[in-house]
Order: sequence, then structure tokens, then C-alpha cells
Amino acid sequence: MHKPERLIVDGKRLDGRKPDELRPIRIEVDFLKRADGSCYLEMGKNRVVAAVYGPREAHPRHIQDPTKAVVRYRYNMAPFSVEERKRPGPDRRSVEISKVSKEAFEAVIMKELFPRSVIDIFVEVLQADAGSRTACINAASVALVDAGIPIKGILTSVAVAKVDGTLVLDPMKEEDNFGEADMPFAFLIRGGKIESIALLQMDGRMTKEEIKEAMKLAKKGAMEIYQLQREAIMKRFLEEEEND
Amino acid sequence: MRRIVLPGDFLSNNPKIAGYGTYVEGDKVYAKILGLFEETENSIRVIPLKGKYVPSVGDTVIGIVREVSANGWTLDINSPYQAFLPAMENPETKPGKKISDVLDMGDAVIAKVVNIDPRMKVTVTMKDKICRAIRFGRIVAINPARVPRVIGKKGSMIKLIKSELDVQMIVGQNGLIWLNGDRKKISIAEEVIYLIEEEAHTEGLTDRVAEFIKGRKNAQA
Repeated sequence: MHKPERLIVDGKRLDGRKPDELRPIRIEVDFLKRADGSCYLEMGKNRVVAAVYGPREAHPRHIQDPTKAVVRYRYNMAPFSVEERKRPGPDRRSVEISKVSKEAFEAVIMKELFPRSVIDIFVEVLQADAGSRTACINAASVALVDAGIPIKGILTSVAVAKVDGTLVLDPMKEEDNFGEADMPFAFLIRGGKIESIALLQMDGRMTKEEIKEAMKLAKKGAMEIYQLQREAIMKRFLEEEEND
Repeated sequence: MRRIVLPGDFLSNNPKIAGYGTYVEGDKVYAKILGLFEETENSIRVIPLKGKYVPSVGDTVIGIVREVSANGWTLDINSPYQAFLPAMENPETKPGKKISDVLDMGDAVIAKVVNIDPRMKVTVTMKDKICRAIRFGRIVAINPARVPRVIGKKGSMIKLIKSELDVQMIVGQNGLIWLNGDRKKISIAEEVIYLIEEEAHTEGLTDRVAEFIKGRKNAQA
């Protein structure tokens, strides 16, 4: 990939989006029949599948916690998900993403209701653009709801990047590679409002004012994604009714 | 119509009326699971649409023997937790009779939950008239969250199926249902149960089920 001369031309981004515009999102609930809950999600060129199993018996026995459920989160990229073949299996990057995402979900899942059990969340990236971790969190949170697991609210995730000195919502590949900073967020949404931040990472440099501005932008994007997540789950049950 | 709610949806400002499927934080009641919102004068609750079976004391469950030990049986009850059936809690246990001759691996039983300790160790008993070892008939598995619809209001749906089809039927709270009777009629009952599972969240289900049974009976006649 070559570095484009400018990432923002006449206030528009390379793919024609405005700085505060999301990539198109498509969500399909109950995508896998075997899983207790599942979701397929497209966010721009990202394509991810999430599967949730559990709560189920924890094996091996020693990972059990007698007071609450254990949450396992596995983020994995398919070898064909990027242009250059990615070596299969966990690497430094995917282990880190799994860890931070797991911690985000641990804060919203009501683990104390299921002592000694395990809740497994698997997310597979089939095609990666930028922000695959945010796409994965969005998919996993829909899959958790679909699995009927008690949670405090819905997690919605989106990134903000700084490119050519401008803050842009939901960066795509070029902006992520050649931008100055990238900041993924995940929010807990409850009662139709953003309640708290469940995940926040940053790569690059931003000023204090820019971070404040980025937060505003991310919140706006997250509310839009939340509406789409909601619609996707609702649609599944309304469709069933229409089929009668 | 009852509306579908998602986890985190705000339900009420009155924590006193919070019921099943809800949680309270800072005097506000929110939904904690995906389900149908039901509101009556003095309670609100969310009826689950999906989810695993979590045992509670007094439930009738159908279990399958997974392990036989010297003092009882370990049962798979279609839940994150296995249940233990002590040998003394099975009336068929006799001194001098081998435990594995009473119940062996893979046998199915209808049992009642008697105790759950804080670490979710579940104990069941067979000392109840509804309990028995299952040696014939058919077991149908459904999503445990849909069991209340198979039972119906005060057992109305079970009554309908039993009387219309003349089959024996015991519904385990864990989503396993035991059917016994004429083979053709069992097959209709099985289809009916799947129909209820599929359409559990829709209204006027009892009438549609009655119609469905009539249709299937005519088709077989």
C-alpha cells in the first residue's frame, strides 16, 4: 500500500465519508446454529463472526471459580483475512486484543449468577480492514444478548483516528496505517444512554483537547452503532412472527 | 402486545416491583436479559427468550446418568451444572443390589431438585410420585427458556396436548420432555412441542396449537 499524498481532500475522506461518518454496517443475528448465541457483522470491509457458548461446565476443573463464572474471549484472524498471509494461531497482537476485550466484557456480564461455569466468546476475523477489534466487540456483544446471558447493558465499540491533523470517526485501513493516532473505545450503553467506558486504548499522539473531541465523536458514533445492534436483534424476533 | 426488551433497557423507577430478568442499580430497574416485558400492577419482569437452564429447588427435571459412583449417580440435566442423585434418594435402591443395576450410564430419570448449595452443587431426589426411571417412551429436547409456554397458564397447554392426543407427558424445567403412548400420537405431540418452541413469543398460541392438532389428526385418519 502506498501512502496517499493527502488523506483528507476538501473535507472528505478517501472513501468519500465526512469526518464524523461511520462505514456502512450490516449485522446478522443467530448466524451459527450450533452456538448458544452468534452474530455476523460487517463494518466497512471488516467481516467478523462471533459465537458465544455457555454458561457451561468449566473444563479443566482448576479454572473454575466457586464464586463466579469465568469469561474466555478469543480474538482470532483467519490466515486469509489480510493481504499478506497471516500465520495462523495466536500472536502478540491477538493475545492483547483478547485480553482487553475480555476485561471489557467481564465488567458487564453478571458472572456471579453462574458460579463454577465458563462463558466462551469466540470472534473470528474473516476479512480485516482497520478497527477489527471494535467490529469484534460489537459482534460479540450482540451474540451475548442472543445467547440470553444476563448483562448490565450492551457494549458498543468504535475507533477515532487523527489523520492529517483532523479527527475522523471509524478509520479505515489507509487512515489507520498513515494516520497520526488511533483510539479505540468501547462504551456500556444502558437505558439508551452511554453509561461508562469499558475499553480505551491509544496508539500515537493526541493533545488533551483532541482526546476530549475524540470522545465526543466516538460517543456519537457509538449511539448510531447501538441503534443498529438493537434493530438487528429485534428484527430476528419480528421476522419469526411474520412467518406464522 | 408485549414488547421485546434488551439487556440494559430502562424499565421502571420503582425497585420494589423488580421481578425476574431485571436488576436494580441506583433505584432504577433495568432488564438484564433479552426477553418479553411483562407489567402487572405490582410487578414487572422479563420473560426470557433464550438462555440456559439454571436449577432451582422444587423443579422437576429429566436427567441422564453420566457417572455411577458407590453412593449415587451424577446426572446431566442439560444445564451448566450436573446434578447428584444419592443412592438413598432412589426408592429402587435395595440393600445387596448393585448401584449400577438400579441405574446405569445413559439411563434417563425424572427427578426433583431438593437442594442447591451456594457453589451450585445440585442434589436431586426420586422420592416423589412424579419421579421415575424412564425405560420407554420418547424424550424431546427444547430450549429451556420456552418451557413455560409448553406448560401454559396453570398447565393449560399440557392439559390440551394430553387430552387431545391421549399421551402421557412430563415436562422437565430443564427443557427435556418425556412422552409416552401411541407412537403416531407421540409423533404429533413432538411436532406440537416444536411448534410451541418456535412460536413461544407470539400471542394466541393455545388456539393455534388446538387447530394444529386437529389438522394433524385428520391427516393421519
